Amino acid sequence: MIPELGHFALLLSLFVALVMGILPLAGAQLCQHRWMALARPATTAAFLLIAFSFGCLTWAFYVSDFSVLYVASNSNTQLPTMYRLSAVWGGHEGSLLLWVLMLAGWSLAVAVFSRQLPEAMVARVLGVLGLVLAGLLAFVVFTSNPFDRILPPPAEGRSLNPLLQDPGLVYHPPMLYMGYVGFSVAFAFAIAALIAGQLDAAWARWSRPWTTAAWIFLTLGITLGSWWSYNELGWGGWWFWDPVENASFMPWLVGTALIHSLAVTEKRGSFKNWTVLLAIAAFSLSLLGTFLVRSGVLTSVHAFATDPRRGIFILILLAIVVGSSLMLFAARAPKVSLGGAFALVSRETFLLVNNVLLLVTCGAVLLGTLYPLIVDAFGLGKISVGPPYFNAVFVPIMLPVLALVAIGPVARWKHDDLKTILGRLWPAAIVAAAAGIALPWLAGGWNGAVGLGLALAGWIGAALVSQTADRLKKPGAPTASWWGMQLAHFGLAAFVVGVTLVSNYQEERDVRMEPGDTVMVGGYTFKFLGVREADGPNYRASVGSVELSRDGKTLGTLYPEKRDYGLGSMPMTEAAIDVGFTRDLYVSLGEPLTADRENGAWAVRVYFKPFVVWIWGGCLLMALGGLLAAADRRYRLRVKRTLPAPAGATA
Amino acid sequence: MKPRQKRIALIVGGLAALGLAAAFVLNALDSNIAFYITPSEIAAGKAPQNKTFRVGGMVKEGSLTRDNLTVSFVITDTARDVKVTYTGILPDLFKEGKGAVAQGRLNPDGSFTATEVLAKHDENYMPPEAGHAIEQAQKAQQTVAKP
Repeated sequence: MIPELGHFALLLSLFVALVMGILPLAGAQLCQHRWMALARPATTAAFLLIAFSFGCLTWAFYVSDFSVLYVASNSNTQLPTMYRLSAVWGGHEGSLLLWVLMLAGWSLAVAVFSRQLPEAMVARVLGVLGLVLAGLLAFVVFTSNPFDRILPPPAEGRSLNPLLQDPGLVYHPPMLYMGYVGFSVAFAFAIAALIAGQLDAAWARWSRPWTTAAWIFLTLGITLGSWWSYNELGWGGWWFWDPVENASFMPWLVGTALIHSLAVTEKRGSFKNWTVLLAIAAFSLSLLGTFLVRSGVLTSVHAFATDPRRGIFILILLAIVVGSSLMLFAARAPKVSLGGAFALVSRETFLLVNNVLLLVTCGAVLLGTLYPLIVDAFGLGKISVGPPYFNAVFVPIMLPVLALVAIGPVARWKHDDLKTILGRLWPAAIVAAAAGIALPWLAGGWNGAVGLGLALAGWIGAALVSQTADRLKKPGAPTASWWGMQLAHFGLAAFVVGVTLVSNYQEERDVRMEPGDTVMVGGYTFKFLGVREADGPNYRASVGSVELSRDGKTLGTLYPEKRDYGLGSMPMTEAAIDVGFTRDLYVSLGEPLTADRENGAWAVRVYFKPFVVWIWGGCLLMALGGLLAAADRRYRLRVKRTLPAPAGATA
Repeated sequence: MKPRQKRIALIVGGLAALGLAAAFVLNALDSNIAFYITPSEIAAGKAPQNKTFRVGGMVKEGSLTRDNLTVSFVITDTARDVKVTYTGILPDLFKEGKGAVAQGRLNPDGSFTATEVLAKHDENYMPPEAGHAIEQAQKAQQTVAKP
């Protein structure tokens, strides 16, 4: 009964989403105030219905109702409760329902926090969101209904992919989806402004905190995904240029460009067309990402057995979104004013160059991701494009971006000259040179790549410090968004340090080890003590013990596991990691090499990973910077002036 | 600089940078792609020499042997086989009788030395390339059987 209620609510929400998409938009064009007024209640209703439907599915998981096909294929009674609940988004149907729930949630947030916006603008923004919501709901209802019944119900479910039984699954997909879906708000603002023909600084100001919020979630989602694969896949990497990683990284690149371009549009009124295109691109790439993940057209860690109909449906949706928004853009763009002029040497130019480079990077990643599909479609054979391509392309394009990160914030808007900019940056240049030459010697031997990486990180960091010192001498405290920018750029510098050091100084050994054997990696001694068998809640594990020591001093013991989840499923490697500020020690168990599991030899993989946590730490700082920027007072000031806020609401 | 000159400088600079980036990207793409070759194609001598490529298919039942960290197994597309050796730790989901893709080079004796082995990541999931290889081989056999 409850699954039927959930299904019914889902069908009803599709109807409500259509109302939310059509009437307010039509009302805004025809000045029908009653139609426009429908936008907010319709949004609330759609959200409540989808949330109810999601609740019903969660309930079916909680009580292990295996008469629901989706539950039977993704959960079983052995699964711990936490994973039974997170299994709701462990498969295709449920993750799409989560997508839709989040879209409705973002729409509701827009409806609630848009009191200061003109009525027509709100109607248009919510209308566009309603149309997108209706498209995705139709996708769920017609191709991926999570409430399908299976009769007779199986006595036990097929269990969740063991790879997904990790706390990472509880946070990673929701974060990532929040980011993906969040760009729909930036998209809706852009389309609404295009329809209204009002691309102005006010539009940019409304759109900015939403875009930044989506960007924060996407940053966190990607970071968690990277951290998860490092912990869970047992091969010690933090980024694989896997098509699905690329699918989340492309919207991130465009979203980063969008944030910077919006800053110009808000402050100087320039780059309007460019900003609109970026907003459309960021959301389209989010949809493309969904298509790549869900259609199974690419070989990937994330590929599941899939139904080709689904891929085609998303492709059509993508074509409609991109096609109609570009047509609208083509019709409206000529009327958009150009905004403030700027000189060749100015902050605008630096931001523009930075934007173009980010887009070129995104284009290169897109090409590498889709190239196998294109080649296959033309019948030219099957190929794969691996990490060497992405590294060869990504790193060189990112170098000028990193150099510009230090210069942009120091340059003045509108007009500046190179001499004064250099005057402000010479201390940073000295620090960069020193960091590039001296630090690699201390870290483990100079080479060009490390020198360049550390020089760039030092360049960004030192420029930040000197700029902050200059700024604090001036009267008036800097705004929260200014601090946010500094923090995010600082995070980028930390990220660069982490990537540079881990990719140049990491050591990896695959070794055969018998109890008592030792191996030296990165100056640390790893002593294999043997393996014992143990039982987990829903698996049997072979737990290895590896003692760590350095210069004869014992540091602790790591317990890497090899888990067997039964039910004919695959074994699962659980790596053990000793995390440190300057290095991670990472051990994972391979296969037993002798018949005697407990006292025999095992294949063991040992890694020394210097500064690897700086990668995720840097990303967290970027997200935190975004949070500061989005929380800036000026986005809320208008609320106070136009609305007598309830006491304590903006404390 | 006059606005006109400025605009021209921007456009020329931008186009030059884009052209450079495009040339660079295409060059990187050209030297870093790996072709998928089926075991039947290897048998027919269609595999590239001295270049990395990928071979996909099923891991033949009972073909897996281990010598310390070096494993060898046979990848088959049901028509033809290729012997693969690999040193290192195999992915969790590598199993006899299941799909796998190996990346590496062909040796003069017709065996294949893999630098990387990919297996499926989900019990029901078959790497498309492995599935493709088997499909191709079966098609070829059917066309042979028909006349």
